[in-house]
Amino acid sequence: MSTTNPPLPEFDIDPRAFRHLADAQVGVELDTGDMILNLGPQHPATHGTLRLVVRLDGERVISADPLIGYMHRGYEKLVEFRTYPQITTLINRIDWLSSFANEVPFIDAAEQLMGIQAPPRAQYIRTILTELSRIATFILFLGEMGLQVGALTPAFYGFRDREHVLNLIEAASGGRFHPNFNRIGGIKDDLPWGWVNETRRVMKLMFDACDTFEDLVAGNEIFEARTRSIGIIPAELGAAYGVSGSNLRASGVDWDLRRDGKPYLVYPDLDFKVWTHRDGDSFARYWVRLQETRESCRMVLQMLDQMPAGPIMAKVPRIIKVPEGEAWTETENPLGQMGYYVVSKGATGPFRVKIRSASFSNVSILPWLLRGVFVPDVITILASLYFILGDIDR
Amino acid sequence: MSDVSGTSTPEPAADAAVDEEVEPAVAAEVTEEVAPDPHALDARHEELVARFDAELGEAVLDRANVFGMPVLRLRRIDWRAAAEVAKGALDCDYLSFVSGIDWMPAPKEGGDDAGGDTSAPVQPSEVSYGAAGSEGRFQVFARVQSTTRHWGFTLKADVDEESLLVQSWVPVYAGADWHERECWEMFGFVFDGHPALRHLYLPTEFEGHPLRKDYPLLSRVVKPWPGLVDVEPMPGDGDDSSADGSAVEEGATA
Repeated sequence: MSTTNPPLPEFDIDPRAFRHLADAQVGVELDTGDMILNLGPQHPATHGTLRLVVRLDGERVISADPLIGYMHRGYEKLVEFRTYPQITTLINRIDWLSSFANEVPFIDAAEQLMGIQAPPRAQYIRTILTELSRIATFILFLGEMGLQVGALTPAFYGFRDREHVLNLIEAASGGRFHPNFNRIGGIKDDLPWGWVNETRRVMKLMFDACDTFEDLVAGNEIFEARTRSIGIIPAELGAAYGVSGSNLRASGVDWDLRRDGKPYLVYPDLDFKVWTHRDGDSFARYWVRLQETRESCRMVLQMLDQMPAGPIMAKVPRIIKVPEGEAWTETENPLGQMGYYVVSKGATGPFRVKIRSASFSNVSILPWLLRGVFVPDVITILASLYFILGDIDR
Repeated sequence: MSDVSGTSTPEPAADAAVDEEVEPAVAAEVTEEVAPDPHALDARHEELVARFDAELGEAVLDRANVFGMPVLRLRRIDWRAAAEVAKGALDCDYLSFVSGIDWMPAPKEGGDDAGGDTSAPVQPSEVSYGAAGSEGRFQVFARVQSTTRHWGFTLKADVDEESLLVQSWVPVYAGADWHERECWEMFGFVFDGHPALRHLYLPTEFEGHPLRKDYPLLSRVVKPWPGLVDVEPMPGDGDDSSADGSAVEEGATA
C-alpha cells in the first residue's frame, strides 16, 4: 500500500522530532520505520464509511490522509435531473441526522427566487423543527462522545434521549429521519393536536439529559484527561479551512449564522446566546455543543410561546417553475454552515446547485489536525469534530 | 440591479451554436420593481464592495447583486490576488466553498425527438449566463466570508476552455485544497499552484468530468426513468397538469 501524501500547510512541530523518544526505548538498531494504518472504511468512530490512512511512527501520527468518496452519491448531478419538489427528498440524505435542517436552505433559495414568502406560522414550525433536529443531533453526540473515550453508558443514554425528539419530528412530519416536510411556500401539514404540550414535556427531559451528560461525561476526570488540550484548532486556520458551526465556536470565533448571517426563519425574533469557548480542543467542542443543546431547548420553548396561528402555505403555482436567477442561502446547521448556490434558468428544475455541506470542510482540516497526535487521540478528535459521512460525500 | 455596467453582450462559447443576443445577466431581476428591491445591498456589503474596488477595482469585469449578496466577476489573472485582498484587506477569513459551473445547456440525447431521459426538467436550449455574466462555457466561483465583520461575497472568474487553467487558492486559504480537488475531477479545471490534484470522490481510474453538462447521467441512459409510464390523473383531479411533485412536462406525452 503506497500512498503519496500531498504537502501540507506548515506545521510548527515536526513529528519526526519525537523519533528519539521511540529510539530511547527500543534501541537505535531496531527498525522503527513508519507503519501505515488504515482506519476504516468501517470504524465506529466515523459515522459512515470514512477511510483514514494514517502513517505512524510508534504511537504518533506522522501524517493522516482521509480518503473519502465511499458514499459519494453525486447529488449535485442528480438534482439537475429533478424538479424542485423532488429535490428535498434527496437533500434529506445529505446530513441524515438533521435532515430537516438540510431542507430549509434549499427551500429558502427556491422561495427567494420565486418571490414567495412562507406564512409566519410555517416559518415558526420550520424553525422549531430545525432546532429539534439540532437537539436530536447533539444529544446523540453528547452520548456517543463518551463511547469514543471508552464509556459505554452515555451512548445508550444518547440514543434513548434522542428518541424522544425523533418521536416529535415523526409526529409532526411522519418521518423519523427523513421528514421531507418542507414545501416551497410553507410546510406540508400543521402540527398535530397535543404536539405543543408534548414538546414542552420533552424539552424538560432534554434539559435533564444535558445535566446528566454534564455530570457523567463532561465532568468526568478521565474524559477531561482524554479531551483537554487534544486536537486544538486555531481560530484563523479553522476559518481558512472553512471549519464552521460549533467546531469553530469552540475555537473562540463568535460567529453564528442564526444571529450574524442574513436573517432567515424566525431567528431575528428570538432571544438566544451564542456560546463560544476559548480552548479550541476536543473538550471545548463537547462543551459548546452541550451548551448549544440547552440553548436550542430554550429557543424551542420560546417559539412555542410565540407561535402565531394562521395558514401554513403561501399561494404557490401548481407547477413550480423558478424564475431565472441565482440565489445563495446559508444556514447554521447542527454540523456547521450549510449552503446552496442555486442557479435557475426558469425551468421546473435547477440548472446547477452547488451544495456547500458543513462536514466536508470540517473534515478537510484533519490532515493538519492529526499530525503529531497519538493514535488513541485520533479517535477522540474524529468524534469531537462530529461529522456525518453523508454530509462529506454528498 | 441597475448597477450592472457590463451589459455588452458577452461572446457565446465557441462551440455553442448560438448567435443571437444573449440577454443581460440580470434582466429577469429588473422586471419586478414592486416592493423594495430584494437584491439591494445593505450598508455593510456596500462597504465591502467599495473597499474591494479600492483595492482591486480594475480586476472587476462585471458585477451583480443577488438577494443582498454581491457577486463580482473578475479577470482570471486576478483570481488569486482577489483571494489575497479578500483575506488580507477585507477580513474575509472564512472560505465557504470553491466550485465550478458549466453554462452550456445539456445536449439532448439523440436530438429533440428521441426518447432519452424525458423525466428530467427541460432546461432552455439557448445559452444564458447568470449573475455578472460570463465569457465562455466554464466559470469558477467561490464564496468567502468574514467571521468578524459578518460580510461575504461571491467571486467568479471565467475559465479558458482550452487550457482550463485557474489559479489555485490553496496558498491563501488552506481549505481550498479539497474544494479544488473536487472541482478538478468534476469539471476538469486545472488549479495552478495546487499541491496535489488527486481524485477526491471518484475512483482513481475514473474518466470524464461528471458535472459537465455534456456528461450524461448514466443511470438514466441505461434505464429510463419509469416515472413517466405510470402517470395517470390523480383521483378527483380533472385538469391535465396533474403533476403533483412528479416530473411531467407539458408535451412529454405528445
